[in-house]
Amino acid sequence: MSASDTTASKQQVVDDLYAESAHWHLNTGEETIHAKRMGGHWRNLKWLAASFWIIYFIGPYFQWGDRQAVLFDIPNRQFHILGATILPQDFWMLSLTLLFFALLLAVATALAGRVYCGFFCFQTVWTDVFTWLEEKLEGNPVKRRKLEKESLSARKIRIKVTKHLLWLLISVLTGISFVAWFYDAFDLWRDVFTLQAGSVAYGTIALFTVGTYVLAGYMREQACFWLCPYARIQGVMIDKTTVVPSYDFHRGEPRGRLKKGQSEEERTTGDCVDCKQCIAVCPTGVDIRHGQQEGCIMCALCIDACDEVMEKIGRPTGLIRYESFESLEANKKPLPLYKRPRVWVYSAIMTLALAGIAYGLTSLAPLEIKVIHDRQPLFVLQSDGSIQNKYTVKILNKTSNDLPVTISAEGLEGLILVDADQVTTARHGKVTPRTVFVRVPQENLAAESLPVIFKVRGEQDGEVLENSRTSVFIGPKR
Amino acid sequence: MAENNPFPGENNTGHIWDDNLRELSNPPPRWWMIAFWASVIWWIAYGVLYPMWPIGQEPTQGIMGWSQMDEYKKGVDEVEAVRAEFETQIKGMSAKEILATPALTQYTIASAKVLFGDNCAACHGGGGQGGPGYPVLADDDWLYGGSVDNIQQTIAMGRKGIMTAHGKILSDAEIDSLSEAIMAGNPTSDPNFTQKGCIACHGMDGKGMAVLGSANLTDGIYRFMPAEGETLLDSIKYSIKYGVNDATEPKTRDAVMPAFGGRLSEDDIKKLAVYVHRFGGGQ
Repeated sequence: MSASDTTASKQQVVDDLYAESAHWHLNTGEETIHAKRMGGHWRNLKWLAASFWIIYFIGPYFQWGDRQAVLFDIPNRQFHILGATILPQDFWMLSLTLLFFALLLAVATALAGRVYCGFFCFQTVWTDVFTWLEEKLEGNPVKRRKLEKESLSARKIRIKVTKHLLWLLISVLTGISFVAWFYDAFDLWRDVFTLQAGSVAYGTIALFTVGTYVLAGYMREQACFWLCPYARIQGVMIDKTTVVPSYDFHRGEPRGRLKKGQSEEERTTGDCVDCKQCIAVCPTGVDIRHGQQEGCIMCALCIDACDEVMEKIGRPTGLIRYESFESLEANKKPLPLYKRPRVWVYSAIMTLALAGIAYGLTSLAPLEIKVIHDRQPLFVLQSDGSIQNKYTVKILNKTSNDLPVTISAEGLEGLILVDADQVTTARHGKVTPRTVFVRVPQENLAAESLPVIFKVRGEQDGEVLENSRTSVFIGPKR
Repeated sequence: MAENNPFPGENNTGHIWDDNLRELSNPPPRWWMIAFWASVIWWIAYGVLYPMWPIGQEPTQGIMGWSQMDEYKKGVDEVEAVRAEFETQIKGMSAKEILATPALTQYTIASAKVLFGDNCAACHGGGGQGGPGYPVLADDDWLYGGSVDNIQQTIAMGRKGIMTAHGKILSDAEIDSLSEAIMAGNPTSDPNFTQKGCIACHGMDGKGMAVLGSANLTDGIYRFMPAEGETLLDSIKYSIKYGVNDATEPKTRDAVMPAFGGRLSEDDIKKLAVYVHRFGGGQ
């Protein structure tokens, strides 16, 4: 290679770098993005996904028997989910639930990019609703930009006040709906307006109101750019096999404006007519033609926009489409799902988590018993030569009524249970401790440590509730 | 500087080194600056409202009048209010009556745990398991009786049992034979037991007398457990030879339960009696 060649290739590298940095435009919140709204396949899907959040608003009003169907009762440390009552003791299921959803996020991202961001995330959905209202009140983006520059007039004040009041209304509703999951929903409305709800309720509503108003009204894409950790985490989960909204640069480049009278045969440019509709509709203001980037929430609205233009000018749609980098670059067929190890690993963990939750929910016992063996002393020699162990029996009553229960013990020959003859009242939703002693003649102890089974039994509405727990009986060393 | 800036139209600050190395002005996002100044304002407001500045001996008090001490006292008052209900009930009751009420027993055990730890655990162990030279409180063998009233009296008045040193009274052979009979759990099988006066304190049956605090010699529980490297037989022989709290014998066993009557209130002693009774050996 000659010296001049080296210089030229160096120059090329530097030129490429500068060309890249020329696109480096970061919106740090100085400009408001007024995205154009267009219909289309993905737009409809987006509304459909967003409608999932209706549950958030109406969910608390459903009843199950004589109580709220889903109620996270923090003061009483009880979670009611349909027929199940979950106490803090069952919280290991929560970690499995979180594991499941974390993995769901991971697998969705690995396969199809930030679908959560683009379709489900509350930030995206609330911003979408807020800007939809904006469009209804202020008009399309051109009109909105004009209105912004206009000097203050009665019309402008009327429009702006209406918009902000509606935004605030949605924000307050968001706050109240959140609290309603933790508070009897109907009582909440009464208490909020009669000033009887506690400071925590008002504080939470205020926090959510301000949060919704600021995040969906003002921060919008800035939250995705600078605040959200999931945006960054998901960004690094994407690889070249991930199917994401992509611009087909082979087909599109070199881009060029559509010239009047030019026939399709004599065209020298690619399919992209540089109409910039994909940028106009983007809620985060990125240009998808620069490739996948941090600002892209993968909402696929640019696909709708491009397809509409392509249809109008009679070129095939899909210039921007869901495609992996690999298949765009190397024209490689994507691997079927079942041949990808990631799919198998993620699915296995998710299945395990689901199985754990299913096991937990089906084995929720109304009466639970824990036995704590006293360690100080481990055992006591009695004057009749028997060995005594002390236990604290903890009875958890998950039913909604106090329950009289009896404690029994078995498993050792000649066993005497002391101080359990009185009936224990197991308080509902709480752990009731009871100290009992077990005495066994020393000659019946075959080993230093032997299993002993404790049983708790109660009756409610003719139904027998019982549970058991194995503990140890400890005697002298032999 | 601006007129000869070699990179016009760029957001540099005009500071340029080595031809093209320049400092750019890229301010943080506006919302970030807003949040930054909002937190500065928050900090100032906090300093005005709450105690903050360490000026002189006392920090500034803040216009809210809040203090950590008040918060703590309020918390203590809340706890005291919960306790008061039980405490007033306990005041008018005997230890026996407390034991007859499960809820009060539960409360008493919980509240006496600290008392026991502070005053009793050093000798008797945290769970009443005793220690070398100190009696076990969790078994059902009691020198002075195991009813809750007996226990209460023991705590209030203290105990100091006396056993005469028999080293000068009995021959070594007699001590050996008595010790072996006691270890077998059958002291009366040795004629010395009746002939040499053991029965005066330990009773005809060798089971001890609660009035005197004399030990039951027929069970497997010993007031003085053998020390490290000593056999049980040696330990029994030692007790017979040198006695307990015998002022005339310098090698006598030392065993004193101090009186807590002057140190703890009557209610505290009552609670402790219930607590000890519920170790598992109370009668």
